[in-house]
Amino acid sequence: MDAIVAEDLRKRYKQVQALDGLSFAVREGEVFGLLGPNGAGKSTTVRVLTTLTQPDAGSALVAGEDVVRHPNRVRRAIGYVAQDSGVDPEATGRENLMLQGRIHGMSGPPLRARVDELLQLVGLADAAERVTRGYSGGMKRRLDIAIGLVHRPRILFLDEPTTGLDPEARAGMWVEVERLAAQESLTIVLTTHYLEEADRLAQRVAIVSRGRIVVEGEPEELKRGLQGESVSVELQDVDGRLADAERVVAEISDNVHVEGNLVRARVPNGAQAIPVILGALDDAGIDVAAVTTARPSLDDVYLHYTGRDFAREDEEGR
Amino acid sequence: MQLPRQTGWMVVRQLRNLMRQPIWVVMMVVQPMLWLVLYGQLFSKVTPLRAGAGSYVEFLAPGIVCMNAFFGGTWSGMGMITDLDRKVVDRFLAAPASRLAIVLSQVVRAGITAMIQSLLLLLVGLALGVRVHGGAVGWLVVFGASFLLAAAFAGFSNGLALLFRRPESMIATANMVGLPLMFLSSILVTAALMPGWIREISRFNPVNWGVHAARNAVVVGGEWGTTAEFLLLLLAATAATSLFATWCFRSYQRSI
Repeated sequence: MDAIVAEDLRKRYKQVQALDGLSFAVREGEVFGLLGPNGAGKSTTVRVLTTLTQPDAGSALVAGEDVVRHPNRVRRAIGYVAQDSGVDPEATGRENLMLQGRIHGMSGPPLRARVDELLQLVGLADAAERVTRGYSGGMKRRLDIAIGLVHRPRILFLDEPTTGLDPEARAGMWVEVERLAAQESLTIVLTTHYLEEADRLAQRVAIVSRGRIVVEGEPEELKRGLQGESVSVELQDVDGRLADAERVVAEISDNVHVEGNLVRARVPNGAQAIPVILGALDDAGIDVAAVTTARPSLDDVYLHYTGRDFAREDEEGR
Repeated sequence: MQLPRQTGWMVVRQLRNLMRQPIWVVMMVVQPMLWLVLYGQLFSKVTPLRAGAGSYVEFLAPGIVCMNAFFGGTWSGMGMITDLDRKVVDRFLAAPASRLAIVLSQVVRAGITAMIQSLLLLLVGLALGVRVHGGAVGWLVVFGASFLLAAAFAGFSNGLALLFRRPESMIATANMVGLPLMFLSSILVTAALMPGWIREISRFNPVNWGVHAARNAVVVGGEWGTTAEFLLLLLAATAATSLFATWCFRSYQRSI
């Protein structure tokens, strides 16, 4: 069964068509990434799916329940970690968690045990009795996640979980999400405008642009769809042999160009092409200093499907 | 029942946060205290103003208590706006939290704050020679009136907070409605000295219901029947404004 089915969602704010016929499905148990630049409609999608706001048109089933007709049933099945922390800064970590549990109808020893367990899980046991105003950005984010998990939801929404975190805290958060996906047997929907984040965490991604899903699939599959990788060969010495090297490589790949003492070639599969290229260069007596292969990134995928540059679009959407 | 349980725990949160910053409860009451002292002195020789009270300060004290409660309630939406900005409200809304419970926790916080402040104000009043003629019942009536008055206007203020979601707009609107209500009441002068049309309007003014109840408790020390009626009216007003605020969540959720 699909954990989430969104069909033709539309929502308009005064000037902006935030969702423009957006459809996708998330399978049970997977980590699903909604990837897109700022302003693409990711957060609006999450707010519709978490019942915070209603779509103008279209429908969505979350954990099998309709978000418009049975919002409270949806709310019991989901955890929501908003883009901006929803932590009450005047309360301690433990108090934040206890209140969230009580809103979900938990109480007594089971609630206390669950709160202790979560504080351990996200590494905040030592800071639990401190008022969260003094928490670092990373600590607040981890508490946010614990708050989203207190009632053992089946689906967890993480809206931009690492935005605003420093690189170290972001790496920590990635490890956290990977661990959760494994331990709590959750379906996780995360939105991100970091391509590498979706690439690393999500089993499947949907690329969102201007309120629609542009393409949906496994990151690997999407990149493979672009056909090919690039192989760069750095030559030992430049003088005279560069043209020879280009000629040699051109017999293996029909897309070669030279930059400085680098020969770049586009090949269907880098791992298979490298030994062939190296062998041919060796036969020609050309010394190689280094060889690297770069696979197409989700950047390339975004460019391919939207015809627009991700970074520029992200900047403009701010 | 989820509603009383959730309301209870959300009130616990509010009071705990309040206790972590107790200084504000006192800070907010300093100004009304000054008014009590200064006005009490300023008009102390104008006998007709006090309408049978032992002194003008005694006449004024229940009025100032109510004014303070009413202003506290009017500003209560600031708490909601803070929670909206901090996304605490969103977190509750994405969980099965009752919207009414979210509103009531702010309303009760405003009420309890006003009650504590009314105690502080009355203690200052005692030092200035005020006597609570209603005895223990009188004290309770003053607490009840200040709680309900703050609560009634807190509901209204929280509704505005959800509609505007910006402090400036909320306060401007709350003051536009609020300030006239203060002058259309017998906070400063007895009803007998009001022009007829103001007296008529003041009968429908919730601020005035609170002032009448509190003044019955402090100055008259009786008329418990009408006092109870005024308190019930305030309770009804609290229910109405709280439901209004709950309804305003629709507007907020459309905007996000």
